[in-house]
Amino acid sequence: MKNTILSLSLLFCLNFSFAQQVEGITVEQFFERLDGIKAQKNNDSLYVINFWATWCGPCVAELPYFLELQENYKDQKVKLLLVSLDFDKDWGKKVIPFVEKSDIKSDVWVLTNYLRNMEWIDRVSPEWGGSIPATLIVQPQKGIHAFQETTFEYEELEKWVLSFK
Amino acid sequence: MIRKITTVFFILSMVLAFGLKAQYSVGDEIMKINLLNINDEMVSTDDFEDAKGFIIVFTCNHCPYAVMYEDRIQALNEKYASKGYPVLAINPNDAEAYPSDSYSAMKVRAEEKGFTFPYLHDESQLVAKTFGAKATPHTYVAQKDKKGRLIVKYIGAIDDDPRGGAPDTKFVEEAVDSLIQGKKVPTESTKAVGCSIKWKKA
Repeated sequence: MKNTILSLSLLFCLNFSFAQQVEGITVEQFFERLDGIKAQKNNDSLYVINFWATWCGPCVAELPYFLELQENYKDQKVKLLLVSLDFDKDWGKKVIPFVEKSDIKSDVWVLTNYLRNMEWIDRVSPEWGGSIPATLIVQPQKGIHAFQETTFEYEELEKWVLSFK
Repeated sequence: MIRKITTVFFILSMVLAFGLKAQYSVGDEIMKINLLNINDEMVSTDDFEDAKGFIIVFTCNHCPYAVMYEDRIQALNEKYASKGYPVLAINPNDAEAYPSDSYSAMKVRAEEKGFTFPYLHDESQLVAKTFGAKATPHTYVAQKDKKGRLIVKYIGAIDDDPRGGAPDTKFVEEAVDSLIQGKKVPTESTKAVGCSIKWKKA
């Protein structure tokens, strides 16, 4: 009985931690959060927001560089946010196992209703054609909003990110 | 003669200087396309004398979005080829990065799906670069003007529902129907999520 309770609570904790980290959100919620971050005029963190999906080969290939960057600059207020465009039916099945396997510690937001509303692509950046991988950089204090629709090698990514520090 | 050569050279250098970075917008004249089809024959836009225009789709085998649109690309060709707007599908992906997008894999996929439209291999990636295609699937509707030049009339998504359940607007159909009726295309460009084209390493 004790064991059951223990394993149940352990299971609950595990679920809870993943539920915290991988989260399905709507496009509207995404912009609420993004606008919320941008409104913090005293916040000098640099947010690196990568749009990716488990089905996107180049995205998966460059993901380790983003994790490495996060690890190397975690003390210098560089914050990685991963926004997944996995299909909503897949996010429990594919995204969570992928996040566990890849040892991703950043928040992962899975956009659940992005397919029908194409205006959100322009809202992220008018430069964005809609293909992934794509990366957005936001620094609220300096009002920075920079965007690139491209794949990165580590050095290129680091150089681009540091250009905003 | 020398003048002619100079002119040709000038045009060539312009193409080399700007052509590769060109990105077509609505209203631009497109290049002549001449690429290898899955039946080992070259297909050119010049081959279609009766065509009033083309539905040009940059697509590929591997991308989940491209796969979701395969049947709709086929349906577009079946609906519009006879009305003068055949589909030309072009795969621009680097086959080294995506073996499933290789020329031989294209043949297999076209056979499996029974594609009725040319499925062309943009091996040099020059066509995709000149068009400014960034993703698959990515569609351009072009119409022949009175001088026979192909002019871009629509750029973007096929419709607004990648899953294909129930699109509110079928952008490509709307564009081609408008052109056939001699009307202005109501929505000239759209955006959609897609897979970035994998460029060869320089």
